[in-house]
Amino acid sequence: MSVKKHNFFRILFCVVLLMGLMIRPGVYAQTTDSTSTSTSATSNVASAGKDTSASAGKDTSAAAAPAAATSAVAPAATSSSTAAAPAEEVKKPIDPQVYINFFYYVLLFFLVCVVIGIIGKILRVYELTSTMQGKKGLNKNSVQGALFLVSLFVGLYGVYWSFEHHGGMAWHEAATEHGKRVDAMFIVTTVITTFVLVVMHIAMFSFAFIYRGKPKAKAYFYPHNNTIEKIWTIVPAIVLTILVLFGFFTWRSITNVPEDLQKSAMQVEVMGAQFQWTIRYAGRDNVVGKRNYKLTSTTNDMGIDFTDKASWDDIQGGEIVLPVNQPVRFHIISKDILHSFYIPYFRVQINAVPGMTNYFQFTPTITTQQMRDKLDDQNFNYTLLCAKICGAGHYNMQKNIRVVSEKEYKAWLAEQTYFYNDDMRKEFKMAQSTNNTNQTVLEGGVK
Amino acid sequence: MSQITLSHSEEHHEAHGHHHETFLSKYVFSQDHKMIAKQFLITGIIMGVFAMFLSVLFRLQLGWPDKDFPILETFLGKWAEGGRIKPEFFLSLVTIHGTIMVFFVLTAGLSGTFSNLLIPYQLGARDMASPFMNMLSYWFFLTACVIMIGSFFVESGPAAAGWTIYPPLSAVPTAISGSGLGMTLWLTSMTLFIASQVLGGINYISTVLNMRTKGMDFWKMPLTIWAFFLTAITGLLSFPVLVSAVVLLIFDRSFGTSFYLSDLVVQGQILPNEGGSPILFEHLFWFLGHPEVYIVLMPALGLTSEVISTNSRKPIFGYHAMVYSLIGITVLSFIVWGHHMFVTGMNPFLGGVFMITTLIIAVPSAVKSFNYLATLWRGNIRFTPAMMFAIGMVSFFISGGLTGIYLGNSSLDINLHDTYFVVAHFHLVMGSASIFGMLCGVYHWYPKMFGRLMDERLGYLHFWVTFIGAYLVFFPMHFMGIDGVPRRYYAFTEFPFMAKWLTVNTFITWAAIFAALGQVAFLVNFFGSIRWGKKAPQNPWGSNTLEWTTPVKHIHGNWPGEIPTVHRWPYDYSKPGHEEDFIPQTVPFSATMSSNLPHDFEGNPEAERLQKEWEVQNKPEEQKDLKG
Repeated sequence: MSVKKHNFFRILFCVVLLMGLMIRPGVYAQTTDSTSTSTSATSNVASAGKDTSASAGKDTSAAAAPAAATSAVAPAATSSSTAAAPAEEVKKPIDPQVYINFFYYVLLFFLVCVVIGIIGKILRVYELTSTMQGKKGLNKNSVQGALFLVSLFVGLYGVYWSFEHHGGMAWHEAATEHGKRVDAMFIVTTVITTFVLVVMHIAMFSFAFIYRGKPKAKAYFYPHNNTIEKIWTIVPAIVLTILVLFGFFTWRSITNVPEDLQKSAMQVEVMGAQFQWTIRYAGRDNVVGKRNYKLTSTTNDMGIDFTDKASWDDIQGGEIVLPVNQPVRFHIISKDILHSFYIPYFRVQINAVPGMTNYFQFTPTITTQQMRDKLDDQNFNYTLLCAKICGAGHYNMQKNIRVVSEKEYKAWLAEQTYFYNDDMRKEFKMAQSTNNTNQTVLEGGVK
Repeated sequence: MSQITLSHSEEHHEAHGHHHETFLSKYVFSQDHKMIAKQFLITGIIMGVFAMFLSVLFRLQLGWPDKDFPILETFLGKWAEGGRIKPEFFLSLVTIHGTIMVFFVLTAGLSGTFSNLLIPYQLGARDMASPFMNMLSYWFFLTACVIMIGSFFVESGPAAAGWTIYPPLSAVPTAISGSGLGMTLWLTSMTLFIASQVLGGINYISTVLNMRTKGMDFWKMPLTIWAFFLTAITGLLSFPVLVSAVVLLIFDRSFGTSFYLSDLVVQGQILPNEGGSPILFEHLFWFLGHPEVYIVLMPALGLTSEVISTNSRKPIFGYHAMVYSLIGITVLSFIVWGHHMFVTGMNPFLGGVFMITTLIIAVPSAVKSFNYLATLWRGNIRFTPAMMFAIGMVSFFISGGLTGIYLGNSSLDINLHDTYFVVAHFHLVMGSASIFGMLCGVYHWYPKMFGRLMDERLGYLHFWVTFIGAYLVFFPMHFMGIDGVPRRYYAFTEFPFMAKWLTVNTFITWAAIFAALGQVAFLVNFFGSIRWGKKAPQNPWGSNTLEWTTPVKHIHGNWPGEIPTVHRWPYDYSKPGHEEDFIPQTVPFSATMSSNLPHDFEGNPEAERLQKEWEVQNKPEEQKDLKG
């Protein structure tokens, strides 16, 4: 059995060695003239001097990027290079170098496997000789137990390093009022979970090491202990109850806004569509006008219903600009499929669902400029992302958000255009008049 | 007529109950639970490798978003023109990776394999309650697999709406090309898959309820059986709901209904659907979807309980608590689905309620992990590869479970929903933990399945590469999520704040490739040992459960003679007073007088009297001590 395996590895090694030798360019150029091996190695060697008509093409392709590769290279194996060249140039065949590189990677992995196999064999030989000499070989329980202990230390350091390093990259202050409460809870939860994570792993891996199997040892028969079990049912239950209450009240305070505050907040509607956001400010009356998706047209992207006069003063925002310290109520809708209105810095997220409106009310507390100064990054901007899979452009569905002073906001708003512009007015009036005539005709008919 | 029956029965007798089996009836259309288990396992492994390959493909895109991999064009053709994966195909990869891993590998591959293998074996049954249904279950599953993989050969590409296939994206082919024929195939495949699960589930439940051997009452069942039993119940109650979701989606897609669709203007085209709501789909989907994660996890918990106890040579700590926490998880898993929908526009008050139920489910989970630790404590731990994977599973269960406390909290979920934090969380707690449970089961019960042992050294290599690789891949993702990087993003290049994660992404991709290549060690070991593995003894791990009393060579009906009777619970390891460190379930208490405990007799006065008499005769000093 073992002899067979031994042979297998030897053969494996020879095969690898042979292949390695064959692929070395110098060797190849001198020795080979068989077409079968040339497919994989052609362009690496660049010419091999066999097919003069194709060699020029090969040279360039080997040097240049894949896009520049001419057809002459790929068909080298089929040996029909010259005639097919112009026609296939459009198709941009794949540079054989690609296959060779891939083959190298496969070979590399194969070599790694062989090395691992050899190490395995060496260990086996070591074990066999030590048992033959009557020595105690490496006890697998001790080895693995020790490895668990090592992995505990490395793991703990890794967690520490990751918290320090990645945590620093990831953590940023919330720029909204409710965000601060969310963050407080986040920190409390992190402290608790990190503590449990570390303690549990220390316990588990050190138990694994301390109680690793020994031939003469016998485990301690300990099927249950009701007191301990009660304790570790009740303690997590209490901790979780605290977190639940904390979370529940925070959640209610975010989502359950009293009606008068809902009305007094600034109203902004945001519509998600593949793959952009459209912003509609409610205007002077602070009421977002009605919309009907059936009215959607090339000129009326949101399908705003202009028979509702509340929509006449609605303003289109090229970006989202918010006055600092002023509550704003977002109405989130969708034109086509699900999207998600997500602003990480504000701790704000709600889905955009076609057929219904979702709301999120919050108060930004830090202006963009203040945040830039804090982060020491003058290019910083708050951004709105889409967090719900929505198609090919999902990864780039963004909108800029600026939080500014009240004055700047007013100045900006004054520059924006109304949805109900002159063109729309004309269109609407025409529709209105035809509607009216239809109405009268209809009424006349009834009479 | 009578003659024929006679000769048949004679022949029967000669063959010791073996039917004449053809290749087809033995390996292909087998109705034997052991063979079906192997079929499930090997199909599951193939699907797992396929889905892992998909994940490496999209990791390449995430790791090097600006680089061409011309070799990809060879494999993927127009989906990777110029060697760069297209955004839509990226979403397809993510979708199919998720679907295959969750359903085909971790549901069918895990509970399909081990429920089939262990339920009859550990309960002392000749086979499943309905072997024919069992066979159908596998063939439905295989058909589903073939259709799912077949969707890669459709011109418009495979389904690309995420494994949760939320409509309207999955309902409107103009929104994404994967929602054309690819989605139809996905839905067909899933319907067949659910049929397979229901057939299997009914079978598992009826076998556990009706076919336990003499003496095997519920409180003598190994935890594996408890886990499979409760998993099957959960699956049977929740999978049909997914069928309804899928059927309504098929109606919306093909027959013009509006269950999920309303007010859509897709690509400038106004659709006529009105009155439906995608939220309905989300409710239906997650009513299955959340129990599903426990369907995936509970068998893994069951397998590791058995393996940890056997290899610590200690009874599992708090057997009753383990069972009750499994029951608790089963019940609670049906009332927590809303935590996937905190920010979807579901009534926020409902969100608060779901948060409460969700965090309650953390209690039984915590009890389980404490009990695992207590089982390790003062054990005599043998590090077989199965044991390594079991310990790894507990580690993932802890570290992945803890992040569930963030996501189950609706306030924190606002900022973490649909980000990489979620990806990290469920890949640890349900992906890695369950796959480790499955691998632990494979290493442990391989001798039972194939009559040979797997190579230990390769097993250790496989464990360490996978364990380290999985943490390296998923741990940094938490931080990306905290920073607000949404999942299913094709590239991190478009947002300035994500630029700092590009190097981390490259690192994760390397770690993923490292872990993926490590699986070669497993594949070589698994398939090689079928042929070249060391011959296994009957009970290689010194285990108590019934499956190790069957002969190594598989026979029809499992036990050559009578089915053994069960006398004790399955966890009498290292019982004081007994010479060996295990007492199989088939050993009666009368054979182990020296190690019996008063607790063992469950108030049976006759047995207690006999025990006392024996003790008076054999241990006079102890009796005196007790009296004194």
